[in-house]
Amino acid sequence: MTNIPIKIIVLAGYGLNCEEETALAFNIAGGQAEIVHINDFIDRPNLINKYQILAIPGGFSYGDDLGSGKAYANKLNNHLKSRLNEFASKDKLIMGICNGFQILTNLGLLPGVLTFNDNNRYTCRWVDVVSRVALDTKSPWLRGVKSLSLPIAHGEGKFTADDETLKSIQSKKMIGAVYYTGEMCEYQNLKSNPNGSLLDIAMMTSADGKILGTMPHPERAMFFTQLPNWPLIKEQLIRAGKPLPKYGQGLRIFRNAVEYFK
Amino acid sequence: MHRLFVKYTIPDSRSKVYKKRFDALGLKNKLGAVYLAECYTIDASLNHKQIQAAKNLLANPLAQSADTALAAPRHFNYALEIGYLPGVTDNIGSSAKETLADGAKIKFKDGQNVYFSQIIFVTFNTPTTPPRSSGHLSLKRRGGSTEALKIAASLYNPLIQRAAIKSREEFLRDGGMDLFAPEVKLKGNNKVSLVDLNIADEELIKLGKLGIPNRVIPAKAGILKKDSGSGAGMTHRRGSLALGLDELKVIRDYFNKLGRKPTDIELETLAQTWSEHCKHTIFADPLDELEKGLYKTYIKGATEKIRRQKGRHDFCVSVFTDNAGGISFDKDYIVCHKVETHNTPSALDPFGGSITGIVGVNRDVLGFGLGAKPIANFYGFCLAEPGDKTELYRDKNLTQPMLSARRILDGVVAGINAGGNQSGIPTPLGFLNFDPRYRGKPLVFAGTLGLIPKKIGRQNSWEKQAKRGDLIVMIGGRVGQDGIHGATFASEGLDKDSPATAVQIGDPITQKKFSDAIVKEARGQNLYHSITDCGAGGLSSAVGEMAGQSGGCEVWLEKVPLKYPGLAPWQIWISESQERMVLAVPKNKWQKLEKLMEARGVEASVFGKFTGSGKCIIKYGKNIVLDMDMDFLHNGRPRHKQISSKPRVGTDTIRPLPHKNDYSDQILRLLQSPNLASTEFVSQQYDHEVQASSVLKPLQGRGKINSEAAVIKPLPDSKKALVLAYGLHPAYAELNPYNMAAAGIDTAIRAAVAAGADIDYLALLDNFCWCSPQEPERLWQLKESVRACFDVATAYGTPFISGKDSMYNDFKGFSRDGQPVKISIPPTLLISAVSVVPDAEKTVSLDAKLSGDVIYILGETNDEMGGSEYIETIVNSKIGIPKLPVPSVNSEKNYKLYKALFAANQKNLIASAISVNRGGLIIALIKKLMGGGLGAEINLADFPGNWTENYQALFSESQGRILVSVDPKKAGQFEKLMSENIFAKIGQIIQAPILSIIDKNGKTIADIKISDSLKAYQSTFKEF
Repeated sequence: MTNIPIKIIVLAGYGLNCEEETALAFNIAGGQAEIVHINDFIDRPNLINKYQILAIPGGFSYGDDLGSGKAYANKLNNHLKSRLNEFASKDKLIMGICNGFQILTNLGLLPGVLTFNDNNRYTCRWVDVVSRVALDTKSPWLRGVKSLSLPIAHGEGKFTADDETLKSIQSKKMIGAVYYTGEMCEYQNLKSNPNGSLLDIAMMTSADGKILGTMPHPERAMFFTQLPNWPLIKEQLIRAGKPLPKYGQGLRIFRNAVEYFK
Repeated sequence: MHRLFVKYTIPDSRSKVYKKRFDALGLKNKLGAVYLAECYTIDASLNHKQIQAAKNLLANPLAQSADTALAAPRHFNYALEIGYLPGVTDNIGSSAKETLADGAKIKFKDGQNVYFSQIIFVTFNTPTTPPRSSGHLSLKRRGGSTEALKIAASLYNPLIQRAAIKSREEFLRDGGMDLFAPEVKLKGNNKVSLVDLNIADEELIKLGKLGIPNRVIPAKAGILKKDSGSGAGMTHRRGSLALGLDELKVIRDYFNKLGRKPTDIELETLAQTWSEHCKHTIFADPLDELEKGLYKTYIKGATEKIRRQKGRHDFCVSVFTDNAGGISFDKDYIVCHKVETHNTPSALDPFGGSITGIVGVNRDVLGFGLGAKPIANFYGFCLAEPGDKTELYRDKNLTQPMLSARRILDGVVAGINAGGNQSGIPTPLGFLNFDPRYRGKPLVFAGTLGLIPKKIGRQNSWEKQAKRGDLIVMIGGRVGQDGIHGATFASEGLDKDSPATAVQIGDPITQKKFSDAIVKEARGQNLYHSITDCGAGGLSSAVGEMAGQSGGCEVWLEKVPLKYPGLAPWQIWISESQERMVLAVPKNKWQKLEKLMEARGVEASVFGKFTGSGKCIIKYGKNIVLDMDMDFLHNGRPRHKQISSKPRVGTDTIRPLPHKNDYSDQILRLLQSPNLASTEFVSQQYDHEVQASSVLKPLQGRGKINSEAAVIKPLPDSKKALVLAYGLHPAYAELNPYNMAAAGIDTAIRAAVAAGADIDYLALLDNFCWCSPQEPERLWQLKESVRACFDVATAYGTPFISGKDSMYNDFKGFSRDGQPVKISIPPTLLISAVSVVPDAEKTVSLDAKLSGDVIYILGETNDEMGGSEYIETIVNSKIGIPKLPVPSVNSEKNYKLYKALFAANQKNLIASAISVNRGGLIIALIKKLMGGGLGAEINLADFPGNWTENYQALFSESQGRILVSVDPKKAGQFEKLMSENIFAKIGQIIQAPILSIIDKNGKTIADIKISDSLKAYQSTFKEF
């Protein structure tokens, strides 16, 4: 264990909009997150050297106008391509949440494509995911995670790829988590796969597990009172004479990342 | 000019959804596959390398292909292209331009753009029919078929878009679709003209109603609107000033005294500043015996009285003076709230009207104090049912149809989706309300809450003042012709002369960029003294308002950045182009602000300075084009004496309603009423989780029940939370406007209290949407409603902190057979409530929690069936609505009850709570049970109130009632706490999901499976 601060760069600008809660999640997990506007990053590309973790948060960069994540990825590619590739090749962690995941696939840092939901509609609801890497702990992001309930909010979250890519991501154990029917789907009678994702893919990792892309938002399941069924759980706990928890399950992913460097 | 076509190479789920939509046009058996392609028309010269780069920038190679030629699918019958008309906001085109400039190093000259259009290929399985005429479509092509035209008509809105259709043969012969770049070309009349006001009264009236005459144009010029009745060589006028004769005479006197004629820009400025939309003349001017007018007497009057009574418990910080109303959240923060309407634009282009509504009200919050951060959005749609097939036209020749009720619903829903979601602001609450009287004029309410620290540096954040010498700075979007005459337009009814320039499309990302730059950076660095939103009236209103703070201004109009050349000075000054704010920036801070904005991709420009001269002076180049006293501009408007008159009351007699032995079927039917049914399809497409603040969500419990209150926790390190709620009862308005308003207030407060709000820490907002105030009966209804607002708000001690009114929600047009029609909305008052509570964990959701819990009804159930959903939906109104009592509000009893419930919540005594609202007790009860997935046994024997018939117990909409469930172990404690209130135990939650209700005589009057009720509840909008 070391006491060196674990620093996280959380990107912002051009319509990304979850940078504050993403930074908060890392901070609660024990890290030191800093929000950096992409233009400041472009001006000072060396900046990235001081961080162990790069997080691209959710949002609506460029309004999804050219396809989700495309224009922001263009901007990163035009100005910071070598920096990002270098960062990815080191013993560092990268995370993309929702729009961030879409940006990572557009950059080619994660395989496949995130395209329009089957219902072609922006959808905000809770999902359950089960981690495929729970046992071999290959991705530091998902170490020890078996299942999680998290919210989604996206219009283009359907993971798709050609057969060859699908085979490859399976054999390399890159599927981070898949949608399944768990607590929330049972609670609100929801279908497990909200968008038609192939192989029910909700989260994807790089082959070495250090890059995580997730359509569900773990930072929106940080606190107990964010759960859709917290009022019911509250009644059950109070009647059982138990205290109410403060945090939600989503924090585990951020804790895992910070722990990785300790 | 280049075109790049982008196509998906993987399955495109959009095409399936499009097909489904087209199938619903009655083409189900005819239509085959649908394919989509995107077209980017790049108005710049590109070399080969740049074209290659552009392809990579616009298409994801894993999913799409990009090509300079449009490759058609092997099978198709028609190709349709939908693009924007010149000057209409094209967000996709703008993003493409930005990424192409950055990545492909394409140099765009001034005025060069990228234009987006959508191409749709459709195939038909059966032969199509040739069109008889292209109907109202301004389609250029001779091609097409009835079916293809139908599809095009369902896709595009001729006010903002263009459509082209080609048959397969034409497409192949021409080598694709025709090149079309919707470049704005203005003839560039930027001269300022003088207007002669020393003319006959009838000419003055014409000037006020139809606008300033422009010039004589040949009769065949076509596209421009003409002064009707002048024959050939018609005078073209610029559009209504909405100035009355007395106002024009005051203006004439003012300029006669100065010894000169007013310029066009001076007259336009006065029209904007004095408009009903900006000055709220109906609420401001004397009415009957109310010398101070409705607003000062009843609305502001109520707040002032309440603040005095509250004394040191007064939580108001900034009320009625700013863009939004602010109350204290805790010792460090203020929460502000504002609700706006965007009705007229939404009638013409529902998507554009609704997106600009929400993005616009966000700016009200950004313009609160030194700039608050938007933390929650709210929406409300009052519409005709989507199945309403009434066809309406704006003109006698039936060439300008109103959009269908379904299109309006789809459009307004999509607008808030785009505006709210793209801005990263959660939308935890909203409603849909249906009534055929909204067919001509839909109401679109859009609200936003904001949060701001009380101190910015050492300054109070809610105080701001433009100082003499400060630079006038505009940030955000550029100025175009869009929205010209928006303010005066909304001040009149909707008829055939309503200008299409009033239609705009919002650009949430441009706004998000400056919103972040202001709230997260510039504000904390003290880079400006004052800030306001550029909304109705454009720069004329924003600068005029801030110049009031400093005491004058000097504007350099030629420095305002334009979207395209050729705008006249008056147009620049009053244009309502969206996504702009105006700042007062000290000279020594300008460089820093400019640099910051540039680094955030935000355009900022200086175009004047604030002065203390007492004058508003506008220069355009070297010439002074406007020179008026600030005092005249703001206070010169003559006040009108208004007289109201009580409408004649109908002579309907009270008729008894039919009894039934079993109400189960009626209950299930009632649940399917669009006013009560699940609108999950809307709630679920609005992000309510962003900002990680969600506590009580729009869809609650197992049954995903639409809640009428929501809770958010805006600060992660504070337990404090905000309870938001709303209330409206347009169905009571014509029957009893006083009770309507009282019920609206009680409903908003009651919904908030059920969710855990503290009535002693609760503020209200009022939004009046009314009919023509030229009709004295409408003024009487208004007066009654506003009087109720005063009475109920002061009785509850709940101050109004902000409000808005929208008059003239009347549609005047023609029916399908060319007969004149007038449709007025029911007078509609929306009340919004916001309450600060100490602990988010002590808020309460509506769903029943555990079997064995005791169910209580709080409050009295009376014989108050008038205007109820039961009467409207079940007792078909066509047989004549029996004159029944409309629910009234007993604020004294209710206040005590609401206080007691808050106390019970602080002790965690309440397991679930739901306000009894539209549809009566039975609807609240069923929602609670569907929410919990549980059943109940109910006995009406001990039901308090003066009801006598079973249908009254079930369906009466008596106010002041809340239905709660309580852990049986806490029942004693709960009953003790409530002992001074009227309430009763009416049953118990059971595990078996069945609701059975027994009446006084022990007879079962309803027996319903919860699964059946859920099915009914979710059926109405299932396919939406």
